[in-house]
Amino acid sequence: MSSIKCECGHLNPEGTDICQNCGRPLSTEEKSKKLADMRYDGAAIRSKTHQRTVVDKIWNFFSSVKIGVSIIIAILVAAAVGTILPQVFYIPGGGANEAQTAQYYEDNYGIFGQIYNALGLSDLYGSWWFMTLVGMLGISLVVVSLDRGIPLYKSLKNQRVDRHPSFLKRQRLYGEGQVDDPDAVMKKAAEKLKEQRYNIREKNGALLAEKGRWARWGPYVNHLGLIIFLFGVMLRALPGFYVDESMWIREGEILAVKGAPGLYLENKGFTFDVYTQENTDEVFSEAIDRVGTVASNYQTDVALYETPEGALPGSTNAELVKEYSIVVNKPLKHEGFHIFQMDFKLDELSAMTFALENKETGESLGELTVNLDDPQKDYDLGNGAKVELLDYYPDFDGFENGEPQTKTPVPNNPAFLFKMTTPETPEGETSFVAIRQTLEPLGENTHKLAFQKAETRDVSGLTIRKDKTIPVIVLGGTIFMIGLVQGSYFNHRRFWIRKSENGQVMVAGHTSKNWVALQRELDAVTEYAGLPAYTDQRDKEAQTDKPEGDSKS
Amino acid sequence: MSKQQEREKKRKRQQIIRTAILAVLGIAIVYTIVANVTKDEDIVEVGDTAPDFELVDLEGNTHKLSDYRGEGVFLNFWGTWCGPCKKEMPHMEKYYNEFEDQGVNILAVNISESDLKVQSFANTYGLTFPIVIDKTNSVRDAYNVRPLPTTFLVGPDGKVKKIIETEMSEQEIKTYMESIMPS
Repeated sequence: MSSIKCECGHLNPEGTDICQNCGRPLSTEEKSKKLADMRYDGAAIRSKTHQRTVVDKIWNFFSSVKIGVSIIIAILVAAAVGTILPQVFYIPGGGANEAQTAQYYEDNYGIFGQIYNALGLSDLYGSWWFMTLVGMLGISLVVVSLDRGIPLYKSLKNQRVDRHPSFLKRQRLYGEGQVDDPDAVMKKAAEKLKEQRYNIREKNGALLAEKGRWARWGPYVNHLGLIIFLFGVMLRALPGFYVDESMWIREGEILAVKGAPGLYLENKGFTFDVYTQENTDEVFSEAIDRVGTVASNYQTDVALYETPEGALPGSTNAELVKEYSIVVNKPLKHEGFHIFQMDFKLDELSAMTFALENKETGESLGELTVNLDDPQKDYDLGNGAKVELLDYYPDFDGFENGEPQTKTPVPNNPAFLFKMTTPETPEGETSFVAIRQTLEPLGENTHKLAFQKAETRDVSGLTIRKDKTIPVIVLGGTIFMIGLVQGSYFNHRRFWIRKSENGQVMVAGHTSKNWVALQRELDAVTEYAGLPAYTDQRDKEAQTDKPEGDSKS
Repeated sequence: MSKQQEREKKRKRQQIIRTAILAVLGIAIVYTIVANVTKDEDIVEVGDTAPDFELVDLEGNTHKLSDYRGEGVFLNFWGTWCGPCKKEMPHMEKYYNEFEDQGVNILAVNISESDLKVQSFANTYGLTFPIVIDKTNSVRDAYNVRPLPTTFLVGPDGKVKKIIETEMSEQEIKTYMESIMPS
């Protein structure tokens, strides 16, 4: 690595603008400026020091603030374009089926929709290129911070007290002049600066007063917060950190909780309440008149069970954890899982009651109730009458080759094949019973099963969520804000004062921002200690240079 | 050591640090993208150890998948209402009888239907292989079974050899059973 040797003998890394030892300008560009470039205190940005290997080239690419800003703009544009058409999770089907999704965008938005979907704009946060962009932003943040933060830290940590006069002359606030007693002036200046809570260091007739150096770390703290935030978002992809599932559960059912192995939920009852004119005050009265019903409550009473550690799926040794009533916005919470009330279906058939009757006399030999969830084989009605359930078709859909068919396992249209045995008909009679339909496949029967009543039950739609990344994201956000405040509301202020043998005193001041406050402080010191008058050299030069201070993300 | 050498050493160290940082970040990003893009895929993949479970069959016997280690398991998820299941079940029955003595078992997992319904189905088709009922859907969730029928071929080593998410022909069933026969 080549290096630059300063007049003072110090070897500076290539790319250094201001000698890290004495403060003389080094680069030709720096020398041509009237004012010193105090960004990073003139230290060489790491990426500028050498460019040799592939790794260096990649590093330099990401260390560029221009590249960083370009990535941010690209992300913003992509996110904006992503709002033009609805995202997949808002379209029917929720994007579960790719072909169906593509068809939807084509049908609804034509060729534009087709391109939109093909580019992944329809599922922006899930598209590989968007994730790549965010990832590149993450790399950029890390590289930029290391590249600038470390040299700045070293430079400020090792800064010399007695900087070269040429360094002082090139500061924005600068003054020089003859004083009667330089030693006394410097002593009084130090006193006043101490009062203003500056740290004072003195060496070889030079003085360095400094405060608020930590404000310079603001942007890096801010970047750290962003990196932690992005890391938190990344964690969602890891198994076990993020769950978002939904499930239907009927009243009376015990089902495994989706996405939460080892947890089981029993639906003990679903309640759907509405406001009525009787049970509500005037507030809703008008609305009830207008729309008929206004829901007041959706509630699922549940019992949560958990199997012991290491239990296998399918094992039945789950133990009761707790009972709870899930209401909208009051989820059941357990081990980081939140189970929310999301949806419902009312009045699904759950049981049907029949009476065994003599067709001619209408005499009833007793009733039987078939639980559609768990139908039994034999129903003994007493007095020698019994009914055998030969087969059951929950969602009867007609016959195929003489066989009754069921479309789904849900009891939407239950049908039964019964065998009725009575003292009169000991061999039994076969009857096929469906809703509004009775068939007697093996000949005329003397008995029939007359439908009496049906029981119904409700189905609850629940959503299961777990997000372990929230603490990480909150931490990232908090650090981000701390960094922002640190860098924005605090300033790093420095004064350099030095005397020369001939009774001359030089004074220079620099701040990361808020020059007015710095001038006010210097005014107070000047008055108290009798320092030579200073000028704001930037005013004089009317320099339209870029603002100083470290670059922000 | 001369200054030149020292600087060279420092530069080398910096190179290593940079490479390490870029590599860690790069791997994290690639992993995130891959994990996100393939998120909705099957939980159980070919080559994975088949998740263990225990379910009770129609006779009341408990079947634990890991008890079949050393033998092949033809793990079939099905429902009585599913048309393709009805077609492939008789073929499975035929080859069950043929392969049972050669160390290939069938476990038919019904998805939470009633005992009566499953029993009547087994009677109708004269099925003799063990049929277990997953009443709580926990085994279905553990295997993330979506369409029915879905068949997992589990080898004697307990690893999933193949996942079939369609109806199987008679010939296919035979070939699959042969493929998980212990050698």
